[in-house]
Amino acid sequence: MNDTSRGRARWRAPTPARAGPRARAIAATLALALGCSLPMAAARAADGFQPPPESAMPGGQFGRVVRQGEEIFRHTGRAAPRYVGNALRCSNCHIDGGRLAGAAPLWAAWVAFPAYRGKTRTVNTFAERLQGCFRYSMNGKAPPLGSKVLVALEAYSAWLATNAPTRAHLAGRGYPRLPKPAAAPDDARGAAVFRQHCALCHGADGAGQQAGGRVVFPPLWGPHSFNWGAGMGSVATAAAFVKANMPLGAGGSLTDQQAWDVAQFVDSQERPQDPRFTGSVQETRAKYHDSPYSMYGRSVNGHVLGSPPGH
Amino acid sequence: MTSAAAWRAAIVCAVLAIGGTGGAARAAPDGAAIALHGAGGTPACATCHGAQGQGNPAIGAPRLAGDGATYLRWQLNDFASGHRVNPIMQPIARSLSPAERAAVAAFFAGLPALTPRPAKPGANPLGARLAARGRWALGLPGCTQCHGPGGIGVGASFPHLAGLTAPYIAAQLNAFRQHQRPAGPLGLMGRVAGKLSPADIAAVSAYFAAAGGSADGGSAR
Ligand code: HEC
Ligand code: HEC
Repeated sequence: MNDTSRGRARWRAPTPARAGPRARAIAATLALALGCSLPMAAARAADGFQPPPESAMPGGQFGRVVRQGEEIFRHTGRAAPRYVGNALRCSNCHIDGGRLAGAAPLWAAWVAFPAYRGKTRTVNTFAERLQGCFRYSMNGKAPPLGSKVLVALEAYSAWLATNAPTRAHLAGRGYPRLPKPAAAPDDARGAAVFRQHCALCHGADGAGQQAGGRVVFPPLWGPHSFNWGAGMGSVATAAAFVKANMPLGAGGSLTDQQAWDVAQFVDSQERPQDPRFTGSVQETRAKYHDSPYSMYGRSVNGHVLGSPPGH
Repeated sequence: MTSAAAWRAAIVCAVLAIGGTGGAARAAPDGAAIALHGAGGTPACATCHGAQGQGNPAIGAPRLAGDGATYLRWQLNDFASGHRVNPIMQPIARSLSPAERAAVAAFFAGLPALTPRPAKPGANPLGARLAARGRWALGLPGCTQCHGPGGIGVGASFPHLAGLTAPYIAAQLNAFRQHQRPAGPLGLMGRVAGKLSPADIAAVSAYFAAAGGSADGGSAR
């Protein structure tokens, strides 16, 4: 009856047998550190990391900045308008204000940085990672390092990760990757999935819906959505996000194949240009989108995705 | 229950007042005429829901003004098929043709929606929290994530919650739980209601009833 909670429970609190080698390694490290002789008990604790409840939010100056960070994360366009170029909020893709496991939670990200990233081909700090979110997912401008906006988001993330082990891969990080689909993702099948499972909220044209002057259902494509450089533009990432989290409140209800197909469909629509655009779509594709999961520069229904208007 | 009884009495009066003139062949349905004056043996919707679609809390008749046409049409069709159980609305919906149901739905959808009144901070923390944020540990989204800021409703398919009374909202959530009402598109409301405790239902119902202050003299107090 309820796929959602079952699906979630599965990777939220995996049994020791299901915990990956990485989780087991972390557990072992943790167990050593804690002088604990029951590594699997520690594995469970690490797998089931819970951010502190809101009631535990600290007071004082630190608490004030943590709250600012949460406000920016949940109401990005209102709280950090200078850096936002679309109708999205951070929490549209990082559900429950960056708390929810399986929706790229902030607490799991905080403990994983600094880290090498293929996208930038360098070691990035957490703050630099946040800059990328503004530039691509928010189709905006990167707030400067050390700016109030980034410091507040860092404080909020660090607070959510209270008592988490550092340099750890916490269970629930990112979006749970899907196995390769049985059939290659297909945007025509995806269009049917979209009409049946998504258009109710996101609109038949993917533009989302507003009420009372607020965006309620965020746009999935078009001029007010994330741009071509964003992580959600990868069909594999979008499929993983959708499978775990969409339709809202019914995550886990689509089959893997449906999630792949609808992700292929969503990521085969036009959206704002990649800010790294070199002037040539094919050159930009070769430099930044050389992946089977990026539709940038590919021709769909006679249109080359990413080509500037008028081409 | 007393409000349901009162509602029933009101319907009976309305039917008596208007009744007996049915049977004439119906022309292209006029939603406003059906809503305000009734049609054949069907009482005017306005009898209970008000000429502005503002609802009548005293008899448990909900506000309809500004709800999406699609949503209202679904409800009338569900009453007609019996999937949404309601002894008053079932015969009324059945007495209308599908085209008439669509026409009255469009009429009420065209009436002005509420502008929500911001809830008093701190008055009902559980209700406010469930409304805004839900309870994601159980996969429960916040009500306003689909019903819009302050619960004013969104687009064609997501009804307003602001402007409804607490007993009405609670009755609907219980009806979802007890399969007295279809679970809604994609089964969304069945999932949601199944995750709410009686205390949660009381809190969100009170929250949206209080959020329903309106600029246009709507029903909720
Ligand atoms: C019941 C309404 C609803 C349905 C149905 C729904 N979504 Fe969403 N979706 C939302 C909401 C609301 C958010 C923002 C979540 C938040 O802020 O907590 C969202 C966010 C998203 C996002 C990330 C934000 C963005 O704009 O890119 C994507 C991608 C997405 N949905 C895809 C889908 C797909 C694909 C489907 C169909 C399989 C779907 N959704 C079905 C309500 C819905
Ligand atoms: C359109 C959806 C979307 C929006 C909006 C968005 N993000 Fe992300 N974010 C992603 C995706 C996709 C990833 C990559 C996750 C993965 O690959 O597992 C990501 C990754 C991250 C990470 C790193 C997570 C990790 O575990 O390494 C952080 C931190 C982050 N985002 C913060 C933000 C902030 C802050 C904002 C708002 C300024 C934001 N995001 C807006 C989709 C989005």
